[in-house]
Amino acid sequence: MTTVTNRPTNRIGLTSQDYQGGTTTLCAGCGHNSVTSQIIAACYDLSLDPRQVVKMSGIGCSSKTPAYFLGRSFGFNTLHGRMPSVTTGVALANRTLLPIGISGDGDTGSIGFGQFKHMMRRNVSMVYIVENNGVYGLTKGQHSATADVGQNLKYAGINELPPIDICAEALAADCGFVARSFAGDAKQVRELLKAALCYEGTAVIDIISPCVTFNNQDASTKSYTYGKEHEERIQDITFIPSYNEVQVDYEPGTEQMVRLHDGPMIKLRKLAREYDPTDRWQAMKLMEESRIANEFVTGLLYINEARATLPQMMNLSDTPLAYINETDLRPSREAFANVMSEF
Amino acid sequence: MTIIDTAVQSSTYDPHTPIVNDFTIVAATENGSGSQTANNALIRAIFKMGIPVSGKNLFPSNIQGLPTWYAIRVSKHGYTARREHSEILIAFNPRTSDEDLAKLPSGGVCIHPADLKFTTPRSDVVSYAVPVKEFIKELNPPQSLRDYIINMAYVGVLTELLGIDRGQIEDALMHHFNGKRKAVDMNLGMVDLAMNYVRTNLPKQDPFRVAAMNETGGQILIDGNTAAGIGAVVGGVSVVAWYPITPSTSLVDAITDYAPKLRPAEDGKVNYAIIQAEDELAAAGIIVGAGWAGTRAMTATSGPGISLMNEFGGLAYFAEVPIVIWDIMRMGPSTGLPTRVSQGDILSAYYLGHGDSRHVCLLPGSMQECFDFAGVAFDLAEQLQTPVLVLSDLDLGMNNWMTKPFDYPSQPLNRGKVLHTESFETFLAEHNNQWGRYRDVDGDGVPYRTIPGNQHPRAAWLGRGTGHNESALYSERNDDWKRNMDRLSHKHDTARTLVPVPVVDSKPGASVGIIAYGSTHDAVREARDYLRAQGVESSYLRVRALPFNDDISQFVAQHAEVYVVELNQDSQMLQLLCSHVPALAGKLRAVNLCDGLPLTAEFVTNRILEHRGVVRK
Repeated sequence: MTTVTNRPTNRIGLTSQDYQGGTTTLCAGCGHNSVTSQIIAACYDLSLDPRQVVKMSGIGCSSKTPAYFLGRSFGFNTLHGRMPSVTTGVALANRTLLPIGISGDGDTGSIGFGQFKHMMRRNVSMVYIVENNGVYGLTKGQHSATADVGQNLKYAGINELPPIDICAEALAADCGFVARSFAGDAKQVRELLKAALCYEGTAVIDIISPCVTFNNQDASTKSYTYGKEHEERIQDITFIPSYNEVQVDYEPGTEQMVRLHDGPMIKLRKLAREYDPTDRWQAMKLMEESRIANEFVTGLLYINEARATLPQMMNLSDTPLAYINETDLRPSREAFANVMSEF
Repeated sequence: MTIIDTAVQSSTYDPHTPIVNDFTIVAATENGSGSQTANNALIRAIFKMGIPVSGKNLFPSNIQGLPTWYAIRVSKHGYTARREHSEILIAFNPRTSDEDLAKLPSGGVCIHPADLKFTTPRSDVVSYAVPVKEFIKELNPPQSLRDYIINMAYVGVLTELLGIDRGQIEDALMHHFNGKRKAVDMNLGMVDLAMNYVRTNLPKQDPFRVAAMNETGGQILIDGNTAAGIGAVVGGVSVVAWYPITPSTSLVDAITDYAPKLRPAEDGKVNYAIIQAEDELAAAGIIVGAGWAGTRAMTATSGPGISLMNEFGGLAYFAEVPIVIWDIMRMGPSTGLPTRVSQGDILSAYYLGHGDSRHVCLLPGSMQECFDFAGVAFDLAEQLQTPVLVLSDLDLGMNNWMTKPFDYPSQPLNRGKVLHTESFETFLAEHNNQWGRYRDVDGDGVPYRTIPGNQHPRAAWLGRGTGHNESALYSERNDDWKRNMDRLSHKHDTARTLVPVPVVDSKPGASVGIIAYGSTHDAVREARDYLRAQGVESSYLRVRALPFNDDISQFVAQHAEVYVVELNQDSQMLQLLCSHVPALAGKLRAVNLCDGLPLTAEFVTNRILEHRGVVRK
């Protein structure tokens, strides 16, 4: 798969153009388009083979976006809230694939909440991105389950119900990669995506991604203005790929290194607060403290690669089930005869 | 002509004129009391004596304590359907014993524990009182096993009274307990005690006997869910996602049991995945993902699960994803009667989705077909790139049936039009470099399919439930939409030519035609004999799949009156037939029952006779 062009290419000879998809049909300025751009950038930077990736989504504005990136990858735009189960099936059928799932706050926090939790419980290897804007866009502006108390929408009025926190739910489900970011923070989104794409297991990234049409008023906690003014990074994150042979320098005390199973590393530079993202209890505490204090904290909240993934737990063959040949799919005549003789 | 009643009629029949191999025993016990061991031992022993036998378990939705009845039909004629009456009652459940006794025909037999007192004893039945409590005292089994062992007392009584071969009882217990001698001996101890007691204290006063025959040689006893589970493993299943629901659970249990034996792990790794989902909705989602990604994926469920799979049914139809859904039908609507049989999901399965989707449905009517259709369903799903529903039911799925052992498949798996990296290249070369996931290249409505992992740069596509064109790109154009839907209709017509054809037994000159499907087959088979005895010859067509083919239209055309036999309230198959042959719809008459019990030949016969003007006396 080589492309004749003057553009720069990555390690597998692809240009960033090769990671593009169709033209977006979302509103101009939609946070989701920024996330799409960072997915393209992260996949290009990592030199991911698009044929290895499958793009999965549910229903909603966010779920439309797999059409707008990685046009050379297979994908499945499934049912509202049901992307986790379909992706679970894909992961069982072909364990060599890398699913990138795109969901929204309605798709994940409401209709698909049960499937979201069970997917994490099973530790299906995938990157699960929630493009979270606190509002239903395609149906014209209803509150979603992640809307903060007091969120005021033109038609729906003021939300009085407490929000569902995607990251807190992920932590409770023992998800081993939990991050939050902001669509306006391109670099952090990109570095988190790269880390998530190299993580083995379910990696959840909750990205506050403003809806410019229905929920971008300055007072909204899901707006660009609010995000820019209130985002508090808990660390400065840099992804260091494993092919990078150069010695990785870091400063103990101010920087923390996390190594992923295949060798790449995540360098986390401490900022204002002491925070260790390998400590689940600290992550849960942070979620609760930031909720009480109305803080918008972003970054890698929790990472732990210890849990077995679903295909590992189920002892699935290394050959993807979808590529098992007929000889192996059929029992031997002898095994069949033995079973029939039991009756 | 008269309305028939096959129960023993004579209240004065002669105990010296034996009734051999033609009666029904009903064991009334408490659910969870282990009576299944006793019943299975009896059935297997009689079966191994070469006598045709069948068992129908009428059990409650309960773990322990509610009443359960198990009817064992012994039939020298080879009839296996349920009967309206049983001649021999095992009254081992004091809570139902009065009602059970009242149902016995005159001249019947009642076997009961000696301490059981009936409110209204009957002098017109033969009673055998058995001191089971004394037996238990004598045997002194561990406390935890007492309730189970008690049931072996009626096995012993029947063995002695009917002349069942004790050696076959022992063999049956050996089979049941996988050769565990201690368990066998404990149970056999009770059988022997009861046999000795009967021999010494209870002289035979009834005419019922078994006598060895040679009618079951080479056959096996199996339930339909086990047959289907083995069939699925043989048929190449790779992903099973499911959620527990009666009466489908034992199908997945069978896959779990037999997959390791049939397709053993290599280096500790297996080539199949069986996953218990959080609900039927997720189970459907998992198999849609797995089918889309190229595996043979299936679920097993029942009516309430089918409801939850509705939206995925529409998606899989429209995105053209091969999946197999086994629906072991039980009585609805709603939770209904979860442990009782029905054929009530015909319409909801055929039209699964929220409109404008029609599905291939297979309708197994025997153990052989439960086994065969498991593989056929995968072949059809992949050939047609669409969901295939297999509509079995509780009677087929959970009761024991006689069948010839299954043969190793003679045909290879049919994986349909899947293009892998190299075949995709060849396809492009042969098709002017043109490729579209939903293009009808061959004129049969079935497009070509690529699956993730295909390395060709043009092979990828984005599946979706939204409007799409031939290249799988999003489209809201009316012409794209219409063309796609027309192609799907055309594909459904292609399915008519591929699904299992009906089994037709045409009798020359017969004006009566009977159409049935699934578990009602044996009742219809028997009913046709009764009808013939009443001077009514009938032809018979057994539907084995939807959509219908031309055989069915012809059959209806050829007969003046066509009776559609089914187990549901709204005559669902009849409704489908009416729309298939609207000009002939006036010929169709409903013979439908919806009471939760397996169909009887008496019901079928009498309903047809009533339709024809015979009046019940």
